[in-house]
Amino acid sequence: MRALRPLLLATLLLCAGAALAQAIEPLPFKDHAEEVRYQHLTAQLRCPMCQNETLADSNAPIARDLRNQIFQLMQHGQTDAQIKQYLVDRYSEFVLYDPPVARNTWLLWFGPLLILLVGAAAVIATIRKRSRALTPTTSTATHTALDEGDDW
Amino acid sequence: MSRLIPFIGFLLLAGLLGFGIWWNTGHDQTAIPSPLINKPAPDFKLPLLYEPTQTATRESLLGKPYLLNVFASWCIECGVEHPVLQAAAPTLGVALVGYNYKDAPDDAKAWLATHGNPYSLLMADTSGQTAIDFGVYAAPESFLVDAHGVIRYKHIGPITPEVLDNELKPAIAALPQEPR
Repeated sequence: MRALRPLLLATLLLCAGAALAQAIEPLPFKDHAEEVRYQHLTAQLRCPMCQNETLADSNAPIARDLRNQIFQLMQHGQTDAQIKQYLVDRYSEFVLYDPPVARNTWLLWFGPLLILLVGAAAVIATIRKRSRALTPTTSTATHTALDEGDDW
Repeated sequence: MSRLIPFIGFLLLAGLLGFGIWWNTGHDQTAIPSPLINKPAPDFKLPLLYEPTQTATRESLLGKPYLLNVFASWCIECGVEHPVLQAAAPTLGVALVGYNYKDAPDDAKAWLATHGNPYSLLMADTSGQTAIDFGVYAAPESFLVDAHGVIRYKHIGPITPEVLDNELKPAIAALPQEPR
């Protein structure tokens, strides 16, 4: 039994470490589902101060304040959409990691598709041009067309 | 002609990247445009720093335009802008209202004793709760509120002499001339 004592102590110390880590921001969640919802919501929102971090990850004072505010709003029965709107009203759409599809975000959402279409059009045009140049292989006129194609 | 296409593509790309450099050197990339511009300032009720039993509210400040300056003793950039504000305060044309943000009142008073107090009114938001309604995320920040309680201009970061001359003074000049 005496030999086991250091082991027991070490185990207790490890548990204490885990408890301390939790105690950095102890929020009195009423159940696990609420905690999951809170974690999910704060991970979708951007910290306005350190702009490459989510509210969930950031250690900035404002992120801590906003996390507490989100928790309070959840306690008042607000939905995720209402809480997001609350933050957008104060900190603009900047806080949303997933920006809504609106007129000023069309380029953001559909810009890549536009570039893809332009690229596809260029590829199709080139292929057509080459195949047209290659079909009449016997004629002498194709020689010049082939040479031009080789420039690529 | 087809030989030129890659070159034109390169020029377009270089132009785009050049535009990105030009665009990003022109403004502070970390400043988030406030959705509160041209909207009524949020309701607030905050104790005064020197008379904590008295409070200031949005209503009590109506009637005259004012510059709400968010500052704190722990904020290094606030020390940078403070001399600029102090020199500008008498000729600004609007009242300078101090908003002490997430600060211990004693620290704030000591800081003002050292650096000087240009504020005609000083409110204290010790918890930072009201500041969320203003969309404050870092000190210093400044809001220009007109006589009707509408936010007309916001600056994030210290007010430098350049910001004062190029942005703040024109914004004050653009305020409606006849306060109710």
